[in-house]
Amino acid sequence: MRARDALGVVADVRARRVTARETVLTALARIRARDPGLNCFSTVLEEAAVRDAAAVDAALDAGRDPGPLAGAPFAVKNLFDVRGQVTLAGSRINAGNAAASRDATVVARLRGAGAVLLGALNMDEYAFGFTTENSHYGPTRNPHDSSRVAGGSSGGSAAAVAGGLVPFTLGSDTNGSIRVPASLCGIYGLKPTYGRLSRAGAALFGISFDHVGPLAASVRDLAAAYDVMQGPDPADPVCADRGIEPCLPMLDDGTESLRIAVAEGHFASRGEPEVFAAVESVAKALGAVRRVTIEENERARAAATIITASEGASLHMDDLRARPLDFDRMTRDRFLAGALLPAALYVRAQRFRSWYRAQVREIFREVDVLLVPTTPFPAPRIGQDTITVGGVEVPARPMLGLYTQPLSFVGLPVISVPVAGPGQLPVGVQLVAAPWCEAALFRVAALLERDGVVAARIVPRPPSER
Amino acid sequence: MSAPDPRDVARYVDEVAPLLDLLVPPECREGVVRNLVGLLAAGDLLRDFPLGGEETAPVFEP
Repeated sequence: MRARDALGVVADVRARRVTARETVLTALARIRARDPGLNCFSTVLEEAAVRDAAAVDAALDAGRDPGPLAGAPFAVKNLFDVRGQVTLAGSRINAGNAAASRDATVVARLRGAGAVLLGALNMDEYAFGFTTENSHYGPTRNPHDSSRVAGGSSGGSAAAVAGGLVPFTLGSDTNGSIRVPASLCGIYGLKPTYGRLSRAGAALFGISFDHVGPLAASVRDLAAAYDVMQGPDPADPVCADRGIEPCLPMLDDGTESLRIAVAEGHFASRGEPEVFAAVESVAKALGAVRRVTIEENERARAAATIITASEGASLHMDDLRARPLDFDRMTRDRFLAGALLPAALYVRAQRFRSWYRAQVREIFREVDVLLVPTTPFPAPRIGQDTITVGGVEVPARPMLGLYTQPLSFVGLPVISVPVAGPGQLPVGVQLVAAPWCEAALFRVAALLERDGVVAARIVPRPPSER
Repeated sequence: MSAPDPRDVARYVDEVAPLLDLLVPPECREGVVRNLVGLLAAGDLLRDFPLGGEETAPVFEP
């Protein structure tokens, strides 16, 4: 795994075993060969990527430090502003907008650290979905079974990593949109604490819950990208005024001092047996025997759904009035319904959120890390409306957020780790911590990866690409 | 609470949408009603839960 992760590339580039330009040309060739079957990329920035890679090489030639991610290829969900490109946010409506005049803050920080942006990635329209079945630009396909969804809304971001196109990407997560595709594609995904990473220059959806974060093929890549993106940003009123708390140096710190527990109740029901087996395998590896219960998760999902629908609709009210039929048929009815919600329901949902947050805070006085399944089942088929779980037929798409939605509802930091199991399709387990305690999650994830309990599932490259 | 009656919700959509200057296209009406039924049912779930004096005012710095 190490040979193809981003920090492996950085080490090779810095040691001059390969140039950044060669690395980027190889990645671009891989995208040309493989992406038509996956539909991850909406834009490939060939010229800019080669130019940026050459600049990394020139810096090294001149004895300058190009940064901690020197020459590492990456790509971003197409809701992040990229200077000179139109920010689609998965929509046809935005295709008529002017090009962005500057990079989103997190994109600029990654590029400033020497990472090379290769392009923008497919998503559910305006991030309103869990499957990336985008009617305008086509579905993104799961690299492990092309008849199945990649998850969403950051589906292109997850499939591009799992498909071996780039070692890390950026996504956004409002109700599970980093964690769900990370689970279904078998990679790592971090949704940091609400307010940890700047959202400036990212198209918003549900402003109370919008987070941005990295997806990656290794824990150290996830940490490296996260560390570079941290820090205050006056351009985002939600971004916290906190210093950088690097996680990469803490990956070998172990988990001895951490109190780890398994969440039961809601988080141990209504899923396929394999997802609970995945949680148990992680718990066993960590010696976690304690069980804790978070109450009222269905109401948390209800409140999160109301807040998301209201805030999402209000962001797009002008277009809902002027051109409703230009929205994706997968989102437009839900946006219109959200526009018609009475304000009192929205306020009630926000009040419930405060109640739920108080409960969760109490739990994290006793526990440092909670183990929770990420999705209740592996990837459904593209176009699949319902799924039978435990003998009960349920709507497949909203059910994908069953275990993720209550956690983003109160802004907790979460890493979804890919469990190394014999199952044909991947599933993830969420590591959940108290606000601002991302470092604990990275220590647990790194230990699990080191011991082979979790591992990214990246589609093998054909011999011609090695 | 029982789920909202879709016929009542359909009437609500027909009456309220124009007041908001929203024209719900005919091909969307059924889906909008179905989704709004679901959202109102979610609201009922919250209405049934006893809340205390939870403060939710956003922090505003002038």
